[in-house]
Amino acid sequence: MAKKQAAQICIMTVTGVDRVGIIAKLATAMARANINIVDVNQKIMEDYFVMTMAVDITKASIGMDRIKRQLDKIGKEMSLNIAFQDENIFKVMHRV
Amino acid sequence: MRISVEEVFETVRMTLDHHFDIRTVTLGVNLKDCMDRNLTKFIRRIKHRIVEKGQLLNKFADHTEEKYGIPITNRRISVTPAALLLEPLPHTISAAVRLAKALDNAAKKADIDFLGGFGAMVQKGMTASDNNLIDAIPRALSQTDRLCGFLNLASTAAGINMNAVVKFGHTVKDLAKRTKNGIGCAKIAVFANIPEDNPFMAGAHHGIGEPDFSLNIGISGPGVVRSVVVQNPDCDLTQLSEVIKATVFKITRAGELIGREIAALMKVDFGIVDISLAPTTLAGDSVAEIIEAMGVKSMGLPGSTAALALLINAVKKGGAMASGNVGGLSGTFIPVSEDAGMIRAVQAGTLSLEKLEALTSVCSVGLDMFAVPGDTPADVLSAIIADELSIGVVNNKTTSVRVIPVPGKKPGDIVHFGGLLGSAPVMKVSKAGAAKFIARKGRIPSPVQALRN
Repeated sequence: MAKKQAAQICIMTVTGVDRVGIIAKLATAMARANINIVDVNQKIMEDYFVMTMAVDITKASIGMDRIKRQLDKIGKEMSLNIAFQDENIFKVMHRV
Repeated sequence: MRISVEEVFETVRMTLDHHFDIRTVTLGVNLKDCMDRNLTKFIRRIKHRIVEKGQLLNKFADHTEEKYGIPITNRRISVTPAALLLEPLPHTISAAVRLAKALDNAAKKADIDFLGGFGAMVQKGMTASDNNLIDAIPRALSQTDRLCGFLNLASTAAGINMNAVVKFGHTVKDLAKRTKNGIGCAKIAVFANIPEDNPFMAGAHHGIGEPDFSLNIGISGPGVVRSVVVQNPDCDLTQLSEVIKATVFKITRAGELIGREIAALMKVDFGIVDISLAPTTLAGDSVAEIIEAMGVKSMGLPGSTAALALLINAVKKGGAMASGNVGGLSGTFIPVSEDAGMIRAVQAGTLSLEKLEALTSVCSVGLDMFAVPGDTPADVLSAIIADELSIGVVNNKTTSVRVIPVPGKKPGDIVHFGGLLGSAPVMKVSKAGAAKFIARKGRIPSPVQALRN
């Protein structure tokens, strides 16, 4: 099991069409689950709107499976594709 | 430094658009300590172990899949070669078939996709148990669903056991007759220089040099590699090799992370990452289409062998930089039925069995998942196998054959197997082979390359 002190950072990646209220909605969902937002970035790439949000789930009140289910629901409502992954997958792939 | 949006997006697109997945996590399980002279006791022990470990494997694979967001398509188990396990028991077909069914049932109970290891190492000679296991293959593989078999018929050190090659020519025909469209033959491959830690079916088994348990990973990224090749339409081949290397580095690192994490959760040794590019029939997830994206008009035309050699050389270099534990087959998979580009090339007439064989001399690991007419004589099948294995023996590499002689089909027909196994166009093959050469039997001695001490 994860050590209590070490932060577990996850990256949420949102792709789709930009519109009002995306960040607000996701931030609310994170706050409800006691998840701290560490960083937010966004860009338009190859016609995709891409937003990444780094969050710390160490003190989250719900597990990763439930976080993902909630994000899937928001994704469906707002026609967005939302991925939620542990940061380490990006670190191993993009850092030597 | 925090990961940039571009880097995150690159990874997300690999899974979203380019079918990047972990093709398989394969747990190697030692069953030698379960051996017994009492068949019932033996079967009880192996079932218990496979079900217990298989359920754990599924549980932790689900957890890791969710954590990292990379799909793990197959969960598999490989076991100690069955012929060895059957040594102390009466050498009867029914005992071997009972073991086959027990392994199959255990895999089903644990919800494991495939279980490999129903096979024997017979490169130099056959024990009575090996001989019996080969006799049992048609019944064992036609009466089970998730069990896979292998035979190592040759090695660089031992040469080619032609007695076993001859025997297998008949075995594979018998197996084909017992299953619809010969599909049972998709569950057995014969090898030269089989690796003991290969996570891919049908050749996966847990070799005798392995620890009690070993967690091996097979990654799959033809779609990812194809997309970087498409994005670089005009660069020269040296540069092309570099971009492929960089991409394979990334997917191998992802594979290693996931493999290590599952191994740690299961408290077993992490084994290897197999960096073979394993295609599927999904659009874009094709090795043949990578070759075509490089600039060869259709797979099988002149240039294909050089392009494939370049591709896998780059894959190996990127993979070796990413992981100190690259192993298994780590070559090209170009199974005819499982790769949309390969199917098209055979149907268009650009890819023949002879060219497929040539490709295995550089990096492909074998003549895989190809269909031939069901009335192809056993000696011709044996001769095709002997040709292919000799390439492996002389070049110090793994080669294999997974041939499906489809009953009642003629060249040009297409056979649908379904699922990951895809569809195979029946290939043209000579009815006359080397009957007299094959009938001589014996052992083709090891090449001089074997004398390296």
